[in-house]
Order: sequence, then structure tokens, then C-alpha cells
Amino acid sequence: MSPNLTLLLVACTLIGTGVYLFLSRSLVRALMGFLLMGNGINLLFIVGSGPAGQPPIVGHSEGVMADPVPQALVLTAIVITLGMTAFVLALAHRSRQLDGLDLVRDDAESRRILELAETDNLGSVPTARETAEAIQAEGARTESRFHEEVAPPPPEEHEKGVGR
Amino acid sequence: MIAVLVLGHLVAAVAAPTLVRLLGPRAFLVVALAPAATVVWAAAQLSGATDPRTGGLVQSVTWVDDLGIDLAFRLDTLAWVMTLVVAGVGALVLVYCSHYVDDDDHGRVSVLAGCLVGFAGAMLGVVTADDLLMLYVFWEITTVLSYLLIGYHSTSSAATRAAKQALVVTTAGGLAMLVGIVLLGHAGGTYRVSELLADPPTGTAVTVGVVLLLAGAVTKSALVPFHFWLPGAMVAPTPISAYLHAAAMVKAGVYLVARLAPGYAALPAWQFTVLVLGGATMLLGAFRATRQTDLKLLLAYGTVSQLGFLVVLLGYGSPGATLAGLTLLVAHALFKACLFLTVGTIDHATGTRDIRRLVGIRQKMPWLALSATLAAMSMAGLPVLIGFVGKEAAIAALLDPADGWWSLRGAAAVVVVLGSVMTTAYSVRFVWGAFTDRARPPVGKPGPPRWHRPTWVLVAVPGLLSVLGIVLGVTSTTLEGVVEPHVVTVSHVADAHPVHLGLWHGVSAPLLVSVGIWLAGGLWWSAQARRPVEVPVPLVPFDAGRTYHHLMRGLDRLALESTGFLQRGSLPVLLGTIFVVLVALPGSWMLLDRTDLPDSVTPADGPAQVAAGIIVVAAAVLAARARRRLRAVFLVSVTGYGTAYLFLLHGGPDLALTQVLVETVSLVVLVLVLRRLSGRFPDDPTVMTRRLRALLGAAVAVVLGGATLVAAGSRVHEPAGAGLAPRAVDYGGGYNIVNVILVDVRAWDTMGELSVILACATGVASLIFLTDENLERVRVGLRKVRGERGRPVRREGQEPSGMPWIPGGDLVDQRRRSTILEIVTHLVFHTIVLWSVYLLFSGHNLPGGGFAAGIVAGLALCLRYLAGYGAELRAALPVMPPVLLGTGLFIAGGSAVLPMFFGSPALRTWIADVHVPLLGDVHVVTSLLFDVGVYLVVLGLMLDILRSLGSGVDSQIRAEQSAGADRTEEVSR
Repeated sequence: MSPNLTLLLVACTLIGTGVYLFLSRSLVRALMGFLLMGNGINLLFIVGSGPAGQPPIVGHSEGVMADPVPQALVLTAIVITLGMTAFVLALAHRSRQLDGLDLVRDDAESRRILELAETDNLGSVPTARETAEAIQAEGARTESRFHEEVAPPPPEEHEKGVGR
Repeated sequence: MIAVLVLGHLVAAVAAPTLVRLLGPRAFLVVALAPAATVVWAAAQLSGATDPRTGGLVQSVTWVDDLGIDLAFRLDTLAWVMTLVVAGVGALVLVYCSHYVDDDDHGRVSVLAGCLVGFAGAMLGVVTADDLLMLYVFWEITTVLSYLLIGYHSTSSAATRAAKQALVVTTAGGLAMLVGIVLLGHAGGTYRVSELLADPPTGTAVTVGVVLLLAGAVTKSALVPFHFWLPGAMVAPTPISAYLHAAAMVKAGVYLVARLAPGYAALPAWQFTVLVLGGATMLLGAFRATRQTDLKLLLAYGTVSQLGFLVVLLGYGSPGATLAGLTLLVAHALFKACLFLTVGTIDHATGTRDIRRLVGIRQKMPWLALSATLAAMSMAGLPVLIGFVGKEAAIAALLDPADGWWSLRGAAAVVVVLGSVMTTAYSVRFVWGAFTDRARPPVGKPGPPRWHRPTWVLVAVPGLLSVLGIVLGVTSTTLEGVVEPHVVTVSHVADAHPVHLGLWHGVSAPLLVSVGIWLAGGLWWSAQARRPVEVPVPLVPFDAGRTYHHLMRGLDRLALESTGFLQRGSLPVLLGTIFVVLVALPGSWMLLDRTDLPDSVTPADGPAQVAAGIIVVAAAVLAARARRRLRAVFLVSVTGYGTAYLFLLHGGPDLALTQVLVETVSLVVLVLVLRRLSGRFPDDPTVMTRRLRALLGAAVAVVLGGATLVAAGSRVHEPAGAGLAPRAVDYGGGYNIVNVILVDVRAWDTMGELSVILACATGVASLIFLTDENLERVRVGLRKVRGERGRPVRREGQEPSGMPWIPGGDLVDQRRRSTILEIVTHLVFHTIVLWSVYLLFSGHNLPGGGFAAGIVAGLALCLRYLAGYGAELRAALPVMPPVLLGTGLFIAGGSAVLPMFFGSPALRTWIADVHVPLLGDVHVVTSLLFDVGVYLVVLGLMLDILRSLGSGVDSQIRAEQSAGADRTEEVSR
């Protein structure tokens, strides 16, 4: 198969500029990048699908048809992109409502994890020894709780125990 | 029949919660019928199962035919013994439970009943499965159920941690075992256990596979170094411990060793693993057991020790050791279950099981004391009990090791004798601690917290188990005859002397060794008993449990560090990381291996393509450099339209149509939102950042372009679409192949896509309207419009301006009205809608289809919105978008399911030519219905976008403006 170089170059340009914009902090700029990348990748499908041909409609013309399967794939991708565009724009709108800007801020949770990692802080997890001992203690604990709450033993019982 | 029995357990497990609700704890008696029936059935199969000529009863049901996995069961001698042990003890434990648990323990009783009986079924599956993969499935079921059972006290963090520890350890072993199964099955060409044993494959892979299988057995049976989970699992209620941790689950590992021994016991790796780990476990467990003050922990460590003992015997490889191992396996199930249940009864009656607090148990429960003493005697190997018979046989089999005393087998013999001494010591310690008052320290410990008389079942069940120990001890010669067929299959090592079961073989060497063991054990106990051990002194600085928790913490650390390193919190950095990986991995591979590049390339398909390409490239580069939003949006649109033209040139009219429509809608939507945002992009990255991004962009582009070239160059097959043309017409009933693919061939994908659109639309609406109140306001507006249908809507107090061009025109602010737009809308709206319907119906044969048609209809709505804003949109289509989305998905889903009612596969297309008067013959294809669903979903998305980003944002702007006006007024005042 001999791929179409023009289409390939166009697709690569779209992807390159798309990635460039996609790495922006502005949501709308990133969306522009996403749309460019999307167009580029759709074109790559077409490049990879084979040579150009007649529309894949039976009885439309006599020539060799273009491969219909990648077309169907790309068609769904195009429609999904529309939904995606609307969603990201709604996000940008919401971001403006909250911050006045459509910039993506740093994720506070990731920042927190990074800080924990830098200070080697595993949180309030018990140490290995504590865990092992807690399990041992729990295993040795009687099952009283399984049946009924046990009142502490009466003092005379205790006295008797001491007497032995 | 075995499959039926396993199924019976499953049914009982599922029905258990309901039964518990109806009957209370007595429901355990009902579910106990499943294992009890198994016992009765298995007992009746004795002659069939132990027939050496047939190799037992075989049953096979085809399951996954393509993978060659059958539900194959085999009840041979070993499986028969294990079935009786597992189901017999299971039934008794369930009966015991019916009197042990309380009426209402926060609904956990039903979980207990279901899990226990399900567990019995899974164990039955493990011991009878003749297919290694099936064995693995049952094996993991027992792991999961044991997790649920150990974590029974779900409010205690230590209990849940103990359960997790057991789960992690046994699952890790299970995964190793799965790898081993695959290695072994691959080498042997079959997963049938019987075939793998009859004709064992050889080679390094087999050795590795067998060792990995043993890893599963070692973790499951709590051998060193994984022994620590078993004492931890004692947090479970005692009947569970009695069943899982004495008779059933931990025996699964022992069973696996016994099962594989006939084929693989001769492997040096096997010998080493089994004898070293088993021996070490026997010593370590027994030593720990002699120092416990908690009766249950004493039994737990005793179990660890005995499991090591059993693994040594059953993996030893000689018929004598196997005979002894099988006998002791049965003996251990009987005496250990009895002792655990005894502890449960003591605990139930007194509220403690600390030997330093128990007083007068023998006087209060003499029968219990008697049966427990008998069981402990069996554990210590005292005569007439089955434990004695087994231990005699074991000593007889191990004395005179074949390769001399200075060998692994010689060491095993020494270890077994030493372990037996300690076993005697802790057996005595158990009886002494539980039933005498001598174990109490002089001061400090209070007596038991309470006392109530246990019901008879709590005494009778352990009693029955210990009586069985006597019966089997006396009739041990019969037992030998029963297990004979399995014993003879293990003959890798010859016995020095023939080994037989029996109470009296004369004054022989084994008997003398046994007497020595009893005496030494008694001495050991008396030395130990005088030394009250409050805090157990660690034997070695290395503690397996603590090491495990260190490992788990290390895993947590690793997760934390790697997450912190990779997820810096900045979205561009995160995305950049993904792109860097994309460049680094496939990119470097392409550099290393350039063989797949195509032989030739086509420069271009014509001047039109080159021209369109230049425009797209120029627009893309300018868009990347744009600082104003609108400029970027328009330039990106240019690339979109240009791409559509390139699609058309390539032979994809459907693609081009859809792309043009989507591009138009995107433009409208972008402008609708951009009116709320600043004119320039808010970010202004540094030159350095821009250069880095440009570099990454170029690299990604080169890698993806290269990947496409490689993909094109390495194509060897005909395209999948090559033969689609005739099939599209015959089966799909349409001439437009792309549309047939969407609504028929790949309709499931389209269905998934519809769901994505639905989620997108829902997300958009929730981000704009935010609260239910806002949505409710929209709903009220719609209801009003529906009430006044047909009449033009007017603002109150406003003079009607004659008949308006569009229904909602009068509601629009006069300053924003455009008469020309209203007239154009009035003229073309219905035409566009009609066109969309035409596209929908013709799409099966000509370019068009549900997607394109839906967007066209959406564009018609868009026009109405632009002419008359929200009011006009309400007048045009007075329904909520979710109604359209839901109806669309329902219709698409319905057309998928409908053929199934007529016995066809889902989404099957039917073609019919119907004669309709006036119209003539109409060609009806059922997949059109699916396309109608697609149409409605896309239309719903469009309506949703317009209503949210259009009129929803409009009303927000109005609210802000009026708030701003109020504020200005206030300030001026």
C-alpha cells in the first residue's frame, strides 16, 4: 500500500499544533488543541485506510470504493467530538463563574500527595509492629462481644481470685 | 451428581439469608442438609470411588468449549476421603452454629450462614475438581469466602486487617498457583488433573510450574514463612475457625500436595520445598503452641504445626508416609474440629478462653471435658485413638530413611519426632489449662466473667467428633483397605519396612519411639507449665508477620512516592508526561526497527487536495499562534471545514457531511460560550514553555505519522471492508455501507456512543443549571408553553405587534430583535426539518443517516434560538432534552432487543417490502428504527446545548446585569 503523503503531512501538522495548544492552561485553548488533534487523527485513519476511491455506496459508480470501515469509525469520532466540545465549554463556563478565568488550576489533592511524599508521611497508618500486635491481641481477645456486653466482674470474684 | 451437590450448596448459600430471617439461628440446620446430603451420597459411593480400575467416579459437563474447560469432577479415593472430611465436619459445624449464634447479630448471622455453606460447596469443588483451572476457581472462591468470614466482626479494625492479611497472603499464593497451572497445563497439553498425573510432563517449565503450585499450597496451608496469617485469622468466631482453619480451607493446601504427589514427588525442588518448609512449620508452630495462654491461639499454632507435619508426610513420596499422612489428615480434622468447638463452648458459657481465668470447667461440663480430653489424646498420639494409629504409621514410615540420616529425609524424621514431643506437650497444656484450675496465676487475673449452661448441641457435636476418633482408631485396619488405592500410587521412595495401620504391632521400634515421645512431651510440659509466660519471647529476630506488614507499608510508600512523582497536580505537566511516554516508547521502537515502512508513497491525489492541505496547514499554524479567542476559533473551524473537504476528496461523503455539520454547530456553541469569556486567552506562557511544548508537539506528530506509515506498510491482509458491499445489501438492506456499518454491523458500538452523548449532554446541563431549582424553572416555563400551544407568546402588558413571524418574537427585547432573521427563520425552519427527516430516511442508501439528520434538525433549532432566544426555543420544541435523549436510547435499545423475541440475535436487521396504497411499494428495513433512536439522541444533545449554553447562560447574564444595575443604583444613592 502506498500512503498519501499530502494527507499525512496535513494530519501531522494538525496533531503537532494540537498538542502544542492542548498543553495550555487555558481550557478554551486546550479545547482548540483537542479539536485540531481530533481532525488530525481522523485524517490519519483515512491515510491508513488505503487509497482514495469512490464513495462506499453500492451502485453509486463503477470505480473502486474507499474502505468504509474506517469511515464509520471516524464518523462516530466526529459526533463524540461535538459532545466533548460542548462539555469542555460548559466546564470553561463554570470555571469562569468560580474563578473569573478559564484557567486550569493545580489540583489540590495531587499537591497534597506530593507534599506527603516529600515528607515521607504515610498518614496515621499504624506501624508494622503495631498492626501485627493489634491483630495478635484481637485474636487472643475472647469472643464475649459476640454474644452480649459483659459487665466487669464483680469485686468479690476478683477477691476470690486473689485469695487463691 | 457432584455438580448437582455443588449446585445444592450454592442454592443453600443463596437461600440462607431468607431462611435466617424466617427461622432465626435454626436456619443453620436447614442449610446443613446440603453437606449432610453430600456425606450420605459420598458414603454410598465407596466401592465406585475406590475402584482402582476406573480411577473413581468421573463426571464431566462441557463448560467453556472453546477453551477446552469442562466442569470435570472425579471422585477417587483421595477425593472421597476429603469429601467426607469436608462435608462431614461442615455439616456438624453448621449444626453447632445453630445453637452457637444469637438470634439477631445485626444481620450478620445470615452472612455467616450463607458464607459457611457456600464455603462447604467450594471446598467440595476443590477436592473433586479434575480440571486444574476449575480447581483454581473453587480455590479462589474459598479465599474470598474466608475473607468474609474472618472479617466477621466488621467493626473491629484489627479483625478487618487480619482478614485482609489472610486474603492478601492466600491470593498472592493463588496467583502464583495460577501461573503454575498454566505452565503445567501448557507443558502437558491438558488441564485434566488425572491426565497430568497419569503421564507427568517433564522439563524446567514443569518444575517451575510445580513449585508455583506448591506456593499456592504453602500460603493456603499457612506453612513457614506464611504461617502468620492463620493465628491472625483466629479473630473469626470459633465455629468458623473450627471449620476453615482446622478441617477445610487450610487442608486445601495439604490436599493439593497429596493430589500432586503421585506425579511430581520425585522432583528435587518438590522434596526440598515440602520437607524443609513442612518441617520448619511443624517445629515453629508446635513450639509457639506450647507457650500460649489463649486456648484458641494454642490450637491455632497447633494447627500450623500439624499442617507442616501433614505436608511432610503426604509430600514425602513413599506409600507408607502417604498412608500415615492420610490417616493423620482424617484424625486431625476430627480432633482439631472437636477441640476448636470445645473452646467455642467454653467461650460461649464463660465469656473467656484464657487459661489463667478458667475455673472449674471440668466440674461444670464433665462431658465436654471428657470428649476434649479424648481429642487431645488423639492429638498427642495416645492409644486407641486414630491419632495414635496415624502417628505410629508415620514413625514407622520415616524411621530408617532411605538415603541415611545425614540427608533431608533423615532430618525430616528427627523433626517429626521433635515436633511430636512438643505436640504432646501442648496437648497436655490444653487439657491442663482448660479443665484444671492449676493454670491460674496466684494473683492478678479475675475469674471468668459469666457462666451459663451451654445447650446440649454445644456439647454433643464435639463429643460426636471425639467418639468418631475412637471408632476409627479401633477400626483402622478397615481404613487402610479403603485408602489403599491412593497409597499405592505414591511410590517414588520405597518403604524400609511395610507400614500398616493398627493398634498393636508388637513391641516394635515405632512403639518405643512413641513412648519416648510421650515421656519427653510430659517433661517438656511440666517444665513449661511452671514458667508462666506472659510475653512470648521471640525465637528469632525475624518475625514473618511483621515483615509482611513492613512489606505492605513499603507498597504504600511506593504508591505514595510514585503518585507524588508523576502527578504533580498541574494538568499540562500530566498531559505532557503522557505525551512523553507516547514519544519515548513507540518512538524509540520505531527508530530501532524500521523494516515495516511502506515501499512507496503517493505524493498527492490531485491539485485540489494539495490546495486544501495548504489552507488547513496554514490555518492550524495560525491558530496555534493566535492570542485572541475568536481568531483561534475561526481558524480551527477552517481546519475543520478543510478536513471535511479532504474527506470528500478521499471518497467519504458521509464523513464530509457530518464533519461540516458538526463544525457549524461547534462554531455556534463556541461563540455562545465565548461571549462570557475575555477576548484574549488569559494565559501567557513563557518562551521556554512554548518552545518545550512546540518540541513535544513536533515529536508527537512525527511519532504518530511514523506509526501510520508503519501501519500502512505492514498491512498484509485484505481490508475488513472489502467484502462488505454485497453483504450490506443482502443482510443490512442498504446501499450506503457506512450507514449499514453504523446501524447494523457495529450497532453495539453506536449504542455505546449514544450513551456517551447522553452523558455529555447531562454533564453540560448539570454544569450550567447546577441546581434542581434552576432546572425546575425551565420545566415550569415549558409547561406554560405547552398550555398555550398554537397562540403566540407575549410579554405581559405589551401590545401585540400583529401576527409575529415567529411565535416567541414578542418576548424578545425590541432592541435585540432582527426582523430579517425572524422572516428567514419563518421561511426556512420547516424546510430544514423536512430535509433532516429526508436525510434520516434516505441515510441507509445515500449519504445521511441518523447522526447527520439529528445535527441538521439541531441546526434548525439553532436558527430558532438565534432569532428569538429561549422563548422561541421553548416554542419550537417544548420538551426537556432528557426526554429526547431517553426516548432515543430507548428506541435504539428496543430495536436491539426486539429481534431477540423472535429468536434472532440482538440487532438483527429484517427487510420487508410492504405495499402501501397511494405510495406504492415501500422498502422497510428494521435498522431504520435504530437510526431513529440515533436521530433523537443527537437532537436531544443539540437541544440540551442550546438550552444550557444558550438560554441558560442568557438568563444568567440577565440576572447579573440586573444585580449590577441594582448595585449602581445603590451606589448613586
